[in-house]
Amino acid sequence: MSPRDAKPRLDLSGRVEMTHGAGGRAMAQLIEAIFKPALANDFLAQGNDQAVMPLPGPGRLAMSTDGYVVSPLFFPGGDIGSLAIHGTINDVALSGAVPLYLSVSVIIEEGFPLADLARIADSMGAASRAAGVPVVTGDTKVVERGKADGVFISTAGLGLVPPGLVLSGDRARPGDRVILSGSIGDHGIAILSSRENLEFETAILSDSAALHGLIAAMVAAAGPHLRLMRDPTRGGLAATLNEIADQSGVGIVIEEAAIPVKPQVAAACELLGIDPLTVANEGKLIAVVDPAGAEAVLAAMRAHPLGREAALIGTIGEDDQHFVQMRTAFGGGRIVDWLAGEQLPRIC
Amino acid sequence: MCLAIPAEVIELLPDEMARVSLDGIVKTISVGLLDEVAVGDYVVVHVGHALARIDEAEARRTLALIAEMGQGTTEAAR
Amino acid sequence: MKHVEEYRDGALAQGLAAAIRAEADPARSYRLMEFCGGHTHAIARYGLEDLLPPPVRLIHGPGCPVCVLPVGRIDAAIRLATRPGLTLCTYGDLMRVPGSHRDSLLKAKAAGADIRMVYSTLDAVAIAAREPEREVVFFAIGFETTTPPTAIAIREAEQNGLTNFSVFCNHVLTPAAIRAIVTGPEAVRDGVAIDGFIGPAHVSTVIGSDAYRFCATEFSKPVAIAGFEPLDVLQAVLMLVRQINQGRHEIETQYIRAVTPTGNRKAQALVATMFEPRPSFEWRGLGALPDSGLRLRPAFARFDAETRFEVDTVPAPDHPGCACGTILRGAKRPEQCKLFGTICTPDSPVGACMVSSEGACAAQWSYGRFRRPAAERVSA
Repeated sequence: MSPRDAKPRLDLSGRVEMTHGAGGRAMAQLIEAIFKPALANDFLAQGNDQAVMPLPGPGRLAMSTDGYVVSPLFFPGGDIGSLAIHGTINDVALSGAVPLYLSVSVIIEEGFPLADLARIADSMGAASRAAGVPVVTGDTKVVERGKADGVFISTAGLGLVPPGLVLSGDRARPGDRVILSGSIGDHGIAILSSRENLEFETAILSDSAALHGLIAAMVAAAGPHLRLMRDPTRGGLAATLNEIADQSGVGIVIEEAAIPVKPQVAAACELLGIDPLTVANEGKLIAVVDPAGAEAVLAAMRAHPLGREAALIGTIGEDDQHFVQMRTAFGGGRIVDWLAGEQLPRIC
Repeated sequence: MCLAIPAEVIELLPDEMARVSLDGIVKTISVGLLDEVAVGDYVVVHVGHALARIDEAEARRTLALIAEMGQGTTEAAR
Repeated sequence: MKHVEEYRDGALAQGLAAAIRAEADPARSYRLMEFCGGHTHAIARYGLEDLLPPPVRLIHGPGCPVCVLPVGRIDAAIRLATRPGLTLCTYGDLMRVPGSHRDSLLKAKAAGADIRMVYSTLDAVAIAAREPEREVVFFAIGFETTTPPTAIAIREAEQNGLTNFSVFCNHVLTPAAIRAIVTGPEAVRDGVAIDGFIGPAHVSTVIGSDAYRFCATEFSKPVAIAGFEPLDVLQAVLMLVRQINQGRHEIETQYIRAVTPTGNRKAQALVATMFEPRPSFEWRGLGALPDSGLRLRPAFARFDAETRFEVDTVPAPDHPGCACGTILRGAKRPEQCKLFGTICTPDSPVGACMVSSEGACAAQWSYGRFRRPAAERVSA
């Protein structure tokens, strides 16, 4: 804490006002009272317009950025704060990198309850500490009521890819195996269950989690055999597989029976008329692995708490049209396509 | 057309409403289109309304018939 | 029993498929129309066509309420939604349906119209109760299944004394459409290319199996009313194959666990008190069909958005290249339309059959398009 403001005081029963973003004392108080204690670390404490950090070793830098606009802000199993930390850690780590540093930019709507903001900041801090990846620099802005939906968060992350490790979406080759780290659809269903007008009761929690520990175990077990990793977030498993097929110029055939889906997630999808393959995840990954390394990767994943349900779900094949096909649990075949438009519940 | 899904009635509520469960997903729906709904009934739910009751005995008969219709030829085909 | 998973058993499916293969006569054709989009969806999602022998061909019919809603009614809904002070409540299915000039409710919403997606009709009533200063219009679409829930919503609004709730009624009737497929001018000219019908599941829970008797008595077409699970569909196919082989044309019910001969009398009575048939209603792809749509009775005019807001429906032409109409009658396959997959895809639908995942074109595109050039690819 800065000595010139020995005791910043902020009444947390209040709401964010335009002055909290105006660059004056109110803004300093907001940052001192809410963000600094929640995110505290030595780099942030430098207090400059930027953080200056050491590079821990040789290798290449990985960088990623993402905006978080989830509604509702607090959902079963997480909130926008932890999500913004996990999501960017994952995007960095999926390159095989060890995630090192994060930045956070928060855009707050005038009138947002300060207590909720503190809750979000604390959740960000807890997620960052648990992952061991510090938020080294940040920014807050306040916009007029109606110009944002509560809170928007943008995070960026830096990581270090160990020498010799090259993972990329264009590296899938026919014969490679496709591995999924666990059950799909949990996050999307947890969010939908709390949306206005759709409310249903469920014990399903978002799977929001930082995957860099799981990824490190996979790299350690079979790094050279890994072709690429992706997290099936928006658009679900269907979108991610189609991205890979397009980027690598291959086809993919998956087995419906091999894909873990929790019964409650399946039931909610039935109720809403949506396909679990297109529902978002925030704590799952798919890896494409050279067949020689598939068993080692799978074993390493299953030994990690976030990969216990890891499963071999399919194989890369040759296909000049880059289709993702699925053998249904029923013995038929179908295409797994991108989600068309927004994911809307159907009645028919 | 007409996405509808069987769910089990777990609680009757006032005003012809009920809570139904589908594998642990619980939703409040209207049962105003049916007579004498009871807890434990499976009903066909469409846009938040129960349209029909599922006849358990007929369901069993259908499944038995499906198994029987498929049986002879599977063996014959082998 | 949970009445879902039991009907998705792959081993039982193989048994039924083997029986269909054994009993279908290679010298005959079994062109079976599944009327309902629910069946179309199940067939596509479970890849059922892969299990059927060549003589059995499934034709995807017009039973998707989103698909058959004419452009003029979508345009009218968009015009309604842009009225100041009015909130239009709609099922999610309708948001992306293209109107004229590729307009849609989604685009109208983006431009500022107050359009809200609801899951249940009662959600729309709740919005009206919560926001008495707004006129809340429910965009009602669907077949006999979806009409009773609309009726319940009107009754609820009436009982709660709401004066700001009304319904833009687009409910349509299944038997009229089946009749049109068999007796329409094109059917008469080209002959009817359908040997039997897989009858609706949930519509039939409401109207009962007796409602299809005319198919057998007037048109000599067999019907098997089937549930929406994959084993239901396969069993119904086998029932129809047997009827055709034996020269029978009867109304059989596979979905006997939920369908009775007379249907849901309580729902029928409620609908009859509030709704009456329109002399004629336009169906996208099938044209204007007599006694095929419902409107509110004069006694319920205060709940009728068409009287309250003088909604005029200007018939709007479909895209000239769009073959939705021919496809909905089963005379063309989706891939025979020259727009299919070129300018018309689920991301940017031109015709209605591409909008809902139950539409014949969207189902073929999203789930089945690998089949077209691709016997060799699948085996490779």
